Amino acid sequence: MGLDFSVLPDYFGILLMGAGWTVAITVCAGILSFFGGIVFAVIALYGHWTLRLPVRGFAFLFMGTPLLLQLFLIYFGLIQIGIDLPAFVAGVIGLGLHFAVYNSELIQASILAVDKGQYEGARTLGLSRGQTLRRIVIPQAVRAVIPPMGNNMIALLKDSALVSVIGVMELTLAAQQAISRTYRPFEFYLAAAVCYYIVNLALEAGLRRLERRIAASR
Amino acid sequence: MTDQAFVTIKNAAKSYGSLEVLKDINLTVSRGQIVAIIGPSGSGKSTLLRAINELDPLSSGEVWLEDVQVNKKLPHRQYEAHVNHVRQNIGMVFQHFNLFPHLTVRGNITLAPRMLKGLSEAEADRLAEEQLAKVGLSEKIDEYPSRLSGGQKQRVAIARALAMKPKVMLFDEATSALDPELVEEVNLVMKQLAEEHMTMIIVTHEMDFAASVCDRVLFMDQGVVVEEGPPSVIFQNPAHERTRNFLRKHLSR
Ligand SMILES: Nc1ncnc2c1ncn2[C@@H]1O[C@H](COP(=O)(O)OP(=O)(O)OP(=O)(O)O)[C@@H](O)[C@H]1O
Ligand SMILES: [Mg+2]
Repeated sequence: MGLDFSVLPDYFGILLMGAGWTVAITVCAGILSFFGGIVFAVIALYGHWTLRLPVRGFAFLFMGTPLLLQLFLIYFGLIQIGIDLPAFVAGVIGLGLHFAVYNSELIQASILAVDKGQYEGARTLGLSRGQTLRRIVIPQAVRAVIPPMGNNMIALLKDSALVSVIGVMELTLAAQQAISRTYRPFEFYLAAAVCYYIVNLALEAGLRRLERRIAASR
Repeated sequence: MTDQAFVTIKNAAKSYGSLEVLKDINLTVSRGQIVAIIGPSGSGKSTLLRAINELDPLSSGEVWLEDVQVNKKLPHRQYEAHVNHVRQNIGMVFQHFNLFPHLTVRGNITLAPRMLKGLSEAEADRLAEEQLAKVGLSEKIDEYPSRLSGGQKQRVAIARALAMKPKVMLFDEATSALDPELVEEVNLVMKQLAEEHMTMIIVTHEMDFAASVCDRVLFMDQGVVVEEGPPSVIFQNPAHERTRNFLRKHLSR
């Protein structure tokens, strides 16, 4: 049985929809991982121990266990305690928190690397600790960490395929559906790979633009 | 009015572990007065200056700004609020400018007035324009600090401090990090402030500048004020051997 790409156009719609969901889940989880990363970093560095310890335990859990297991836990496990999340939401939360933990590590290091003179400049004007952190330190720390955080976002895009296991109809699952009807795995997995690659290119282009835009403000 | 104590430092002492950096320092600066602090590296000049706005709190002693004790002993929360409030009245300019790189010149100047004094955007903008005109940098209002020369950065830092309408300005070697050809533009701004009778305390290694601008000069060494007086006396006729030695090294350059 040779390769036959002529079946692809019939399933173009399904693949496109899958790619749409992949983009949606990546964007939503990316935003969650960004803000979650900042919140975790601030708690880890400055939080009261009653917040810091749970967050550290949580980070430990998310870094030390497979993402797949975390998704199962959030989607199937939480139902048992009465939290029944839609698959998309469970996927966004799982992916978002998982990468928030990694982003938090980057942001923590970046916050600590902000020049002492920045704190002094701000405090001298009369800003409080909290105001200095919010308006001076975190914006600078985040700018400095955009390139490595961009790499996390690209990893997030690729790992979004894992949410297919909880039934989110994203690109990988869409390809599988097409395959189950046509028995043409090579063609459809290849097509899905091309789609991932295109989204990836767009994401990288966006990141590069962002980096250029903030270059002067660093 | 002019002789009224404006900034008062009483029995100031400061130690880092067993190292005594400041030893029983007393200083009174009256309104509109301009005081230079000179002395060898490590003598405690910066530490003294930074004690005035509680960046480096004293181990013992008192700092007053008019009738407010800056380093009042208070419970933590009240202390923070108190310090944040008094610092609004004390402008400080650093050797390395400490401009906020993620904000434009406008943002650098308007941030604190907007956050702390509740100025509207329009009011803050007007304030920024006013202060920038004063330091001769009106056309740079929308630039980021990374696009400015060292001298321009320091002038923006001065404008940023002035925008809070401080009662006193502290300068910690404001020109030491600048290329020689950029020193004069910053000195000119400071001279202009002197003409407007801004109260200033200036740590400097530039003896000519201190002599031409300041009303009084303090010579510090090893954590004590060795001698103080008008520049004519300190620079031409110092009483102490340590002062003479220091000046010999610094005036011959
Ligand atoms: N955070 C600190 N911990 C320990 N020692 C310190 C600290 N800050 C300053 N010192 C010490 O205090 C002394 C006075 O320092 P200070 O910076 O006030 O000197 P200075 O007169 O401003 O010197 P320079 O002309 O080099 O700026 C120095 O011996 C310095 O090493
Ligand atoms: Mg110093």
